[in-house]
Amino acid sequence: MLLIHCPYCKESRDQSEFSPAGEAFIARPKSPEGISDEEWADYVFYRTNHKGNHWEQWVHSNGCRKYFLVERSTISHQILQVAPFGARNSETEL
Amino acid sequence: MQKKYSWYSLLKAGLSGQDWDQAIPLIQPKSKYDVIIIGGGGHGLATAYYLAKECGINNVAVVEKGYIGGGNTGRNTTIIRSNYLRDEASSLYEHALKLWEGISEDLNFNVMFSQRGVYNLGHSLQNMRDIERRVNANVLNGVDAVVVDANEIKQQIPIINTSKNARYPIMGASYQSRGGVARHDGIAWGFARAASMLGVDIIQDCEVIDIEVEEGRVKGVKTTKGEIMADRIGCVSAGHSSVLAKMAGLRLPIESHPLQAFVSEAMKPVLHTVVMSNAVHGYISQSDKGDLVIGAGIDGYNSYAQRGSTKIVEHAAAAILELFPIFSRVRMNRQWGGIVDVCPDACPIISPTNVEGLYFNCGWGTGGFKATPGSGHVFAHTIAQDKQHPLAEPFHIDRFKTGALIDEHGAAGVAH
Ligand SMILES: Cc1cc2nc3c(=O)[nH]c(=O)nc-3n(C[C@H](O)[C@H](O)[C@H](O)COP(=O)(O)OP(=O)(O)OC[C@H]3O[C@@H](n4cnc5c(N)ncnc54)[C@H](O)[C@@H]3O)c2cc1C
Ligand SMILES: [Zn+2]
Repeated sequence: MLLIHCPYCKESRDQSEFSPAGEAFIARPKSPEGISDEEWADYVFYRTNHKGNHWEQWVHSNGCRKYFLVERSTISHQILQVAPFGARNSETEL
Repeated sequence: MQKKYSWYSLLKAGLSGQDWDQAIPLIQPKSKYDVIIIGGGGHGLATAYYLAKECGINNVAVVEKGYIGGGNTGRNTTIIRSNYLRDEASSLYEHALKLWEGISEDLNFNVMFSQRGVYNLGHSLQNMRDIERRVNANVLNGVDAVVVDANEIKQQIPIINTSKNARYPIMGASYQSRGGVARHDGIAWGFARAASMLGVDIIQDCEVIDIEVEEGRVKGVKTTKGEIMADRIGCVSAGHSSVLAKMAGLRLPIESHPLQAFVSEAMKPVLHTVVMSNAVHGYISQSDKGDLVIGAGIDGYNSYAQRGSTKIVEHAAAAILELFPIFSRVRMNRQWGGIVDVCPDACPIISPTNVEGLYFNCGWGTGGFKATPGSGHVFAHTIAQDKQHPLAEPFHIDRFKTGALIDEHGAAGVAH
């Protein structure tokens, strides 16, 4: 069971209050009509599915209901850091 | 060379102190093969078997990082059925089911395939409409299926709770009498032994750490037991498919999730068939050993850890107790997880890739055990002819680009 720190409520709460919401930093293409089918497929369906430290989204569904970012190991499940949305837009950005 | 298993060999070994030959030899890889199969689960071993048996390609290696069948093949709840909604899917799973029906003889290995029937329960009017639609589609596709009502279910399974006062009352079910269960490691060992007898090298404890690609063509693999070359490579590594794809510079429309199951202590026969319910999400059968085998759902987050959350197990246990209050005092024995490779449309990818000579068979997610022989069969033909087997054609990876998805999510009414 994970203990997740909500950056909005500023509390660590049981996983059952939260729902996972997929890989982070997947940006909707700015002009969907201008891109190829490959690029659209990559945006909609293709995923990094990283083995190791992975940035993902969670939502505090039974709490403040806000989405935020979590860096978690997909090998050990250990949570390395959490961040509110907008704090960063990619894996490398600080 | 291994002997054929028979009544005579059983009797002889029984009287001579169980002096059996090793089923497959422990070997080191050669430096080059015609085909390398990455992943020694049921699907990979079946692929190797059919390459050797039907495609005339015997110079094949199956490379497995752990021991054969130690992945999802050895971790699943072994439910076998073919009553999928979509034509493409039901044809593929029915192809597999037909192979299951003759597989013990074909492999000279008892895989304990038991056609004890599978019920998929409905708990609402909409569930029942979906079930009727699916059963009609099955019948049109030549797949055996009937709709049964709550009374018939109660007659067949007296311990099930069909009371109208249940939280989610059972209204009816689809029933496939040819469905059932099989022995999970039996199918892995059966294919491994039969493939090995046809000359296939099965190399265990050998992890692929890189896939070598030169000018868009696959050349071979780097493993923990050295470099192995081959012009054709089939990747059948279930939960680790994205990891292997990355080695070849590819991405997949797949995410890896934990899927859990648990078994009770062994008890006398009490449940003679397989019962699944998607609405309350639990599925159950009783193994020949006597333990109840219960499957749960997936965790929503990505994981490679082969374990999931307690709340998922609790949820499945609650669902099973809802259906079978009689099990409320049964003690559970073991619980575990496997890593399943989930595709957006809940259908597999059986496909060539942008790297010439590299093929992927993955995305079976929570329900690929039932497909094991069929999957290996169509994948072997796909690799051998460098052209998709007709049954595999709709499962090309390009469907995510063209939009020709095969939407089985929910359509089949059940996860497994
Ligand atoms: C709990 C659970 C319950 C399930 N219940 C059912 C069910 O009732 N009915 C059903 O039809 N399906 C079910 N499934 C799904 C089913 O188990 C799988 O779809 C199927 O077994 C996949 O077979 P496979 O041979 O492709 O994969 P696996 O058996 O997982 O084989 C893949 C192999 O690849 C190896 N590998 C990975 N990476 C490497 C590498 N780098 N180098 C070398 N080898 C590597 C792994 O060690 C593994 O042995 C269930 C799964 C789980 C986890
Ligand atoms: Zn919160």
